[in-house]
Amino acid sequence: MLPQFPWLSLVIWLPIIGGLAVIANGDKNAELTKRMALAVAVATFVASLPLWLLFEPGTAAMQFVERGQWIPAISVEYYLGVDGISMPLILLTTFVTIFVIIAGWEVITYRPSYYMGAFLIMTGIMVGVFSALDAILFYFFWEAMLIPMFIIIGVWGGPNRVYATIKFFLYTFFGSVFMLVALIYMYFQADSFSIPDFHGLQLGMTAQVLIFLAFLIAFAVKVPMFPVHTWLPDAHVEAPTGGSVILAAIMLKIGGYGFLRFSLPVTPDASASLDWLIIALSLIAVVYIGFVALVQDDMKKLIAYSSIAHMGFVTLGFFVVFSIVRHTGSADGAAMGIAGGMVQMISHGFISGALFLCVGVLYDRMHSRKIADYGGVINTMPWFGAFMVFFAMANAGLPGTSGFVGEFMVILASFRADFWYALLAATTLILAAAFTLWMVKRVVFGPVGNAQVAVLKDLDRRETLNLGALAVATLAIGLWPKPLVDVMEPSIQHLVDHIQVSKLPERAAIRVQAVPQAVGEPANLAQLLPRTD
Amino acid sequence: MNFQAIDLFTLLPELVVLITACAVLIADLYLPEARKDVNQLISFAGLGVAIAVVGIVGFAWGPTPTHAFGEAFVRDPMSDLLKGVVLVVTALAFAYSARYMRERSLWVGEFHVLMLFALLGILIMISANGFLVMYLGLELLALCLYALVAFNRDSSTGAEAAMKYFVLGALGSGMLLYGISMLYGATGALGFAAVAEAVATQGMENRILVFGLVFVIIGVAFKFGAVPFHMWIPDVYQGAPTPVALFLSSAPKVAAFAMAVRILVDGLPGLASEWSEILVMLSVLSLAIGNVVAIAQSNIKRMLGYSTISHVGFIFLGLLAGTPDGYAAAMFYAVVYALMSAGAFGVLVMISHQGFEAENLDDLKGLGERDAWLAAMMTLVMFSMAGVPPLVGFMAKLLVLQAVIDIGLVWLAIVAVTFSIVGAFYYLRVVKMIYFDKPELDAAVDGARDARIAVSVNGLSMLVLGMFPATLLALCEAAFTG
Repeated sequence: MLPQFPWLSLVIWLPIIGGLAVIANGDKNAELTKRMALAVAVATFVASLPLWLLFEPGTAAMQFVERGQWIPAISVEYYLGVDGISMPLILLTTFVTIFVIIAGWEVITYRPSYYMGAFLIMTGIMVGVFSALDAILFYFFWEAMLIPMFIIIGVWGGPNRVYATIKFFLYTFFGSVFMLVALIYMYFQADSFSIPDFHGLQLGMTAQVLIFLAFLIAFAVKVPMFPVHTWLPDAHVEAPTGGSVILAAIMLKIGGYGFLRFSLPVTPDASASLDWLIIALSLIAVVYIGFVALVQDDMKKLIAYSSIAHMGFVTLGFFVVFSIVRHTGSADGAAMGIAGGMVQMISHGFISGALFLCVGVLYDRMHSRKIADYGGVINTMPWFGAFMVFFAMANAGLPGTSGFVGEFMVILASFRADFWYALLAATTLILAAAFTLWMVKRVVFGPVGNAQVAVLKDLDRRETLNLGALAVATLAIGLWPKPLVDVMEPSIQHLVDHIQVSKLPERAAIRVQAVPQAVGEPANLAQLLPRTD
Repeated sequence: MNFQAIDLFTLLPELVVLITACAVLIADLYLPEARKDVNQLISFAGLGVAIAVVGIVGFAWGPTPTHAFGEAFVRDPMSDLLKGVVLVVTALAFAYSARYMRERSLWVGEFHVLMLFALLGILIMISANGFLVMYLGLELLALCLYALVAFNRDSSTGAEAAMKYFVLGALGSGMLLYGISMLYGATGALGFAAVAEAVATQGMENRILVFGLVFVIIGVAFKFGAVPFHMWIPDVYQGAPTPVALFLSSAPKVAAFAMAVRILVDGLPGLASEWSEILVMLSVLSLAIGNVVAIAQSNIKRMLGYSTISHVGFIFLGLLAGTPDGYAAAMFYAVVYALMSAGAFGVLVMISHQGFEAENLDDLKGLGERDAWLAAMMTLVMFSMAGVPPLVGFMAKLLVLQAVIDIGLVWLAIVAVTFSIVGAFYYLRVVKMIYFDKPELDAAVDGARDARIAVSVNGLSMLVLGMFPATLLALCEAAFTG
């Protein structure tokens, strides 16, 4: 009986209603409000656990499906469900929210009830994005997310917050409206807004390319990919700690999720012929943004650029599939790229979240994010130093941490596609090590930098709990990623099988048959391009 | 044209409003200065009864249209819904304006009388089934509005605005009348059904028909304020007392929508391919000019004026689709727009106070600290206007885009969403003023209970309709499938 219980609705609406209650409770009794917010966050996480515990790992089918009428006149449904791709992301969301609430406990003095309430509402909306199986419902949550984030950055952000938050809003709004047009277009083709119906939709090449580009704008802004990444450093720098954590840990993942849920399965032929574009942008993100991160003098900006570089890995893993098929003639190993991207997303959620919390810890004490203002923090804050070094290592992809698993899988997959992809992607191991460790060296190690650093207090209980929990999660996935990979495996395999089949009637399954003899020749690419006749 | 008792039921809402207006007119004579609130009570009572009557009549007759005075006057599902909305919006306008008008010594019976007669004009337009009745309602509405815009007779900007409005409005009406006369000449009929029939037999052959159509569309576009007939909107919104601007920007737009549907869809369906092309141009221009010019405004009333123009572009998008779904989408949009506009101006009315007009964007600074609830409501309205879910403005845009894409005009949908990104900027700027800036004023915000209830209903309706749009949409669909 248990799976019939509407778990997904509970996980979506519990934090939203709880968040409204927290706001209604107001700031008169701030302590009570904060406890209430924490209770809601923990309850949401607990409520999301059944999604994992009752999940049937052996199938790619949607689970925990809820389906009902919403707007019958235009056949929009309240249609929810999760598979192995979305379930881990939902758990990540509810898990990270707890730490965001705890991190704001003492720091946020201006209207804490609004702050906590906004984050709880965000959580519900983000879970909605990951579980919506109706395109309009998806878009509904996707856009609704902007409102609380706009307010969070604008009210509790740094000095340049207004510029940053408006830029953030307009960039993402710009990205998504074209997706809306694409979704409506597909509605008239499929006569339904259900995403599984979109997956089965037969589309001509021109339509696919246009839809693919519309999705690309939407998801690329969210991920963010080079060259539409410029909102992210601004938003991160100005956002309060909690805002940065949510942005990096979850909101960026929504873009990656969009590629898996929409771009690949809906427009496989366009994805196949335009994969060079995504791969090129991803590699630019990895290499170029890696160098940009190196020269940052602001810790948050540095981590923000590092996020862009890591997300470049994710998109590389997702789109390297087609090259693998072209190159080796089989889809073996293609799943590894996607799985690697997924692991990388989850792992980056923990690591970047933790790094932003670390910066928050320092910022709360010193009110500066400049690397130059620190030095020798480890002398006064040994525990903090240990955590910071650990997460920095994880960010650089140290084996044993979750950061290694995803990167390794993606690099392995890109080797099957093209040696040069792999070579360029692998530079991240050097670059990430360079920019994170150099930052750690300047901030944490060395002699005590100045008088202010000399009087710093080490982590308190709450901060230790936060960073400790994230460290455990990072290690767990790093040492034993199997449960995570197993959960995703059938869904990813299904996706890979699905995108093997061309939607163009005249060349069904051509991508598998037309195995090139001379690998990597441009001629193969030309075969896949649309015929003009 | 025999008079029958059943006619009275068909125009019962109009009668109730007429009686209310007369009652206020008489009562006002005997009311001392201090007790002008009685006018308000009478008006509320009349509007309440009228809303109930619309509901009962609509429920009793359902989808079958009923006619009065021969074929001159019609009651159908569309008129029921639109009348209900207009009555609600008028009640909201009364609730918002009490304190504002009292503080400026404008709290006199004429305000209520003029508003109620304007409302009567709107109701007649909504139910008009022929060109003559339509024109009658339009002029009743317009004359009341000219007077209302100049209601504060000491204000020179008000007088200027009224003058502009009058001159341009007269021009618009003249164009409309000229077009009507051509159509009459070509078809020999004034009733919409008869005109439609005559057009169907003549087709495009008759050049006079097409000329008449162009002039009629100019008249409609003028009343809507679509580019290039939009010049009056920002000036009039800025010059009129804020409660009047509130009314002017909401209810008459619903009337204009009804007018467009009655004339174009009921009266001239045979020329649909002609008028939809004209509407494409009007809507693209309105979207472009409205959204872009709004950015440059520092006066929020002018900004809302340009925002109206851009929303009109969206309403036209639905109409030009020429499908029942498109009409329903445009109707949904018009209804939602009336509510959004009432809410936005309502908040402005509430933060104005004695000797101070809230009309610059800066006046909204720090509203989040001055009055959290009011700020939240204004935020809901602004995000709704920007078309961000979960607010109803998104649903309205979605439906219109869907109608446009359905007929294959994907490029038009892309133009529309592109300009709505531009539009998002200036709505966001308002939210930014409210929450991110420190207050420049610390004056108290209107605590009047009526206005508070009105703003709460208005703001929360954005959220509720946005999350549960099915009922309103079903009503809109029903208006065009019966």
